[in-house]
Amino acid sequence: MASAAEVNTGKTDAVPEAVVVRFAGDSGDGMQLTGGQFTLSTALSGNDLATFPDFPAEIRAPQGTLFGVSAFQINFGSREINTAGDQPDVLVAMNPAALKTNVEALKPGGLIIADSGEFGKRNLDKAKYETNPLEDGSLAKWQLLSFDISQLTLDAVKPFGLGNKEALRCKNMWTLGLALWMFDRERQPIIDWLNQKFAKKPDIAEANIAALNAGHAYGETAELSGPMQKVHIPAAPSEPGLYRTITGAEAISLGLVAGAQLANLPMFFGGYPITPASAILHHLARYKEYGVTTFQAEDEIAAIASAIGASYSGSLGVTSSSGPGIALKGEAMGLAIMTELPLVVVNSQRGGPSTGLPTKTEQSDLYQAVYGRNGDAPMPVIAACSPADAFDCAIEAVRIAVQYMTPVMLLTDGYIANAAEPWAVPDMSDYEAFPVQHMTEAQDGGFKPYGRDEKLARPWVKPGTPDLMHRIGGIEKAVDTGHIDYAPANHQEMTEIRRNKVLGVADSIGDQQVDMGDAGGKLAIVGWGSTYGPIHQAVRRAREAGHDVSHIHIRNIWPMPKNLGELLKSYDRILVPEMNTGQLKTVLRDQYLVDAKPLNKISGQPFLISEILAAIEENLV
Amino acid sequence: MNEMTKVTTLKDWETDQEVRWCPGCGDYAILKAVQRTMPQLGADPANTVFVSGIGCSSRFPYYMETYGFHTIHGRAPAVATGVKLANPELDVWIITGDGDALSIGGNHTMHVLRRNLDCQIMLFNNEIYGLTKGQYSPTSREGTTSPSTPYGSVDHPASPCAFALGSGARFVARGIDVHKGLPDVLKAAHAHKGAAFIEIFQNCIVYNKDVFEEFAAKKTAASTQLWLADGEPMLFEKGEKGIALDNENLTLKVVDVVDGDWEAAGVIVHDVTNRSIAHMLVELPFGEFPMALGVLYDDPKPTFESAVVEQNKLASEGKKPDLQALVSKGQTWTVKEGGPEL
Ligand SMILES: Cc1ncc(C[n+]2csc(CCOP(=O)(O)OP(=O)(O)O)c2C)c(N)n1
Ligand code: SF4
Ligand SMILES: [Mg+2]
Repeated sequence: MASAAEVNTGKTDAVPEAVVVRFAGDSGDGMQLTGGQFTLSTALSGNDLATFPDFPAEIRAPQGTLFGVSAFQINFGSREINTAGDQPDVLVAMNPAALKTNVEALKPGGLIIADSGEFGKRNLDKAKYETNPLEDGSLAKWQLLSFDISQLTLDAVKPFGLGNKEALRCKNMWTLGLALWMFDRERQPIIDWLNQKFAKKPDIAEANIAALNAGHAYGETAELSGPMQKVHIPAAPSEPGLYRTITGAEAISLGLVAGAQLANLPMFFGGYPITPASAILHHLARYKEYGVTTFQAEDEIAAIASAIGASYSGSLGVTSSSGPGIALKGEAMGLAIMTELPLVVVNSQRGGPSTGLPTKTEQSDLYQAVYGRNGDAPMPVIAACSPADAFDCAIEAVRIAVQYMTPVMLLTDGYIANAAEPWAVPDMSDYEAFPVQHMTEAQDGGFKPYGRDEKLARPWVKPGTPDLMHRIGGIEKAVDTGHIDYAPANHQEMTEIRRNKVLGVADSIGDQQVDMGDAGGKLAIVGWGSTYGPIHQAVRRAREAGHDVSHIHIRNIWPMPKNLGELLKSYDRILVPEMNTGQLKTVLRDQYLVDAKPLNKISGQPFLISEILAAIEENLV
Repeated sequence: MNEMTKVTTLKDWETDQEVRWCPGCGDYAILKAVQRTMPQLGADPANTVFVSGIGCSSRFPYYMETYGFHTIHGRAPAVATGVKLANPELDVWIITGDGDALSIGGNHTMHVLRRNLDCQIMLFNNEIYGLTKGQYSPTSREGTTSPSTPYGSVDHPASPCAFALGSGARFVARGIDVHKGLPDVLKAAHAHKGAAFIEIFQNCIVYNKDVFEEFAAKKTAASTQLWLADGEPMLFEKGEKGIALDNENLTLKVVDVVDGDWEAAGVIVHDVTNRSIAHMLVELPFGEFPMALGVLYDDPKPTFESAVVEQNKLASEGKKPDLQALVSKGQTWTVKEGGPEL
C-alpha cells in the first residue's frame, strides 16, 4: 500500500504501488458517476482496481445533511488488488457533511481536497460543524487543499449559458478532471462517454467536458505548491488479453445469459424491484435477442412463481431479490424443490433483518439459503466472491439447476453487485456446453414423471409434448409415478431422494482448493463471498511476515466439496471471518465437528485488511 | 389458445386417479362439465394445462388427463403467467377457489386480469374455506357462522365479478355447478382471447350446504335467474319480466313485460361489449333482482403474452445473438505482452 506521504511529498521517484481515493459528496452531487468514470479510466490505464460504492438509502436525502452523503472509494495499483482499500490516501469532499462523515477514515497525513465554496454557514450547520474545519485547524493531521470548486465550475461552463443549478451539476466533472490529472489518467474515454450520454443535449455534453478540462487544467497550471502532485501509477502486470470493467450485477446477468445459451434454453426472468438486486432485472431486460424474457411481477412471490411456471414450460426460470424478497419466495422454493424443476434464485444480500440496511452489505442470509424453508428442503447454494467470479458462478448455478432438476441459490451481496473491477473477457469457446434434452418419449417400461437418471434427476417434460401428460404439484409424490402419495414409507424415501440428489451435486464440483498457503498447518482462514479480498490480502501479508496461515475460500456453500472436512482437520486452528454473527462457522462446525472460530463484522461495511490481519496474529500466539 | 382441432371424447379427458371430493360436492359437476366441454372445443389434451392453487377446488388438475400443475395457495395466476409467457401456444386454464383467488391470491388475480393473459380462470365460489374445514371466506355473507366466526362474521364480502371487472377483466361470466348452462359459459370463455373470468357458484355440501339455493334451486329458477345472451333482451320469469334502465337513477330496474312486448317495457338488449352495463350487472343486488348469469361482459383487447412476444421480436430484430460479442461489450482494453494499450 502507498502511504499518503508517498503520494504527497512530491518524491516522484517513490512511486506508490497502490492508491486509495474516496470521492464523497451530497447524494445529488453525482459521486457514484464520478467514481464510475474514474474507475473506467483507471482500468483503461491498466491498473488493477477494486471499488466500493457507499450510498444512502434515501433517494434524495435533504441536501447537505450527514445522512445524505454518498461516497465512492477506489483502490488501484500496479499489483493485484482485491479490496477497495482500508484507508483512503485521498479524500475528495464536496461539502461539510461529506468531510465530516469520511475524514476519520483518511490515513494520517492523507490529502483532503475540499470545495470551499460549499463551506458556508448553512452547510456547516447542517453538518453540525460549529466552526469551519477548513479554517479552524482541526484537520491538522491531514494535508488540506481547499478551493472554490463551485465557482471554478461556474466559470468554466459560463459560455454554455446554463442555469445556475444546471451549471453546478458539472462540479463532479470538474473534480473528476482534477483527479484524472493527479493520477495521470486519460480524459478521452470520459469525453467519449459524455458525448454519448448527452447525445441529445450537446450543450450539456459540452459544458461537462469543459468542466472536466477545467479541472484537469487547474491541476496542470494552478500555482499549487505543496501537497498536490501528479502521481503516475504504473500498470499492474496482468495476463495479456482483452479486458473490460464489470460490476457484479452485470456479471451475473451475463453469466445467466451465457448459462442459458450453454444449456440451449430460452431464459425467463421474473423479478420485483429491490435494492440491490434490481440492477439484474435492468440488465436482462435489454438482452431480448438472447431469448431472454423479463417479467416485472406484482411481488416477489409472483416473480418466483412465474419463473417456476416458465421452467415447467421448458424455459430456464430465474428470479432474483434481496433478503426481504427472498423470505417471501420461501414457500415457492419449496414448490420448486418438490416438483423438481430447475430454477436459479439470485440473492443479492443486504443488511438485515427486515428492511435492515438496504444499501449496505452483509453476508447474513447464509442460514436462510441453506436452511430457510419449511420441511426438509435441500437446495444447492453457491456464493460469488467478486464481480468477475459472479459470471462463472451464474453459469455454474444454471448447470446445476438443469442437470439436477433443482432450484439453486446464488448468493452475492450489495458490495459485489455494485462494485466494479477489471475483468479478463472470457473466451466463450472455453466453456463446455451442457445442452438440455427435454423428454419427448416415454422411458422404457412406460412414462415415469418421477423416474430418475444417474444423477437422481427426474425427466423434464414440456407441456405440449404428445402422450406424456402428467400432473405435478406440491403434495408429496409417489416414487416414479409422481401421483399423490401420503404413505409414510414413501415420504421417507422421497425425502431421502431429494436429499441425496442435492448432496450428489458434490460429485460435479471438484475438490476444495487452498487459495493461498498450504494444505495443513497452524491456521486456516476460511471465508466465503465478498470477504475474499480482505482475507486474501491479510493472509498474503501475514505469510510475507513469515506466519503459517492459509486462505480457504468456499464457493459451494451447499453441498460443500467432499474433501473439505478432511482439509479443515489438517489445520490446528480455523478462523472464519464473516459479515454476520457466524453463519458459515455454524455450518462448518455442524458438518465436520471442527472448532471453527468466528470473526464477525456486522457494521454494513466490508472488512478491513488490518482487522483480519490483527485476528490472524492473535490466533497465532 | 390452440387452433388445432382434435377429435376426443369425454373419456380422453379423465385420469385414472380416484376423485377425492366429498360425495355430493359441486366440484364433481364442474369436473364433468369441463370434461364434456373439452371435446367440443376441439382441444388437444397434450396442449392443455390446468394450473391451480390450493383448496378442494384446486385438486381439479389431478382429474384432468392433460398437463396439470397444483401449485401453492393463491399463486396459480402467477405460475400460469410464466407457463404462458414461456409457451404462448399452450391452452391455459386456472382453477381457483374463493379463498385462493380473493384472499391470499387477490393480488395475483388482480394482476393477471389487468395484464390480460390469455387464459380461462374458473373461480369455484362456495363462500367458504372447504379444505381447511369450513372457516368463512372473503365471499361469505355477513353473519356467516363458522369455526373461526362462532358469533357470525362481521366483515363485508367481496363480489368476485365486480372485483374482476374492476381489475380490468375483458371477459366476466357466471355459472352454477349443476346448471346445464355451464358448458356454454366455458365455451364462450375459451373462445375469448385474453383472460376470461368465470365465477361458478359451487355447493360445498359439508361446510356451506345450499348457500346458493335461493337462486340456484331449479324450482324457482325462472324468477331467480337472469341468463344473459348477447343480442337478446334481458328477460326472466318466462319472459314476463325484464331488466330496463332506470334513467333517473342511472341504475337498472325490473319491469313487467306485458304480452311479450319487451320493447314497450323498455327492456334492454344485452350487449356483451357494454362495460357500463357490465358494471351494473355485476353489482345487481340479489333479491331485488334475479342473479345475473351467463356471459356478463366480453370485449377482447390485445393479450399480455402477445404484447411480450411482439416486443421481444421487435427488440431482437436485426440483432444476432453472439455471446462472445456480448461479454466483450462496453469499453475494453487490450493488455499486450509488456503492458496495456488503450
Ligand atoms: C400458505 C398457505 N396458507 C394456508 C393454507 C391453508 N389453506 C389451504 S386451502 C385454504 C383455503 C381454501 O379455500 P378456497 O380457496 O375457497 O378453496 P375451497 O377449499 O373452498 O375449494 C387454506 C387457508 C395453505 N395451504 N397455504
Ligand atoms: S369440503 Fe366442501 S368443497 Fe371441499 S370437497 Fe367437501 S363438499 Fe366439496
Ligand atoms: Mg371456497
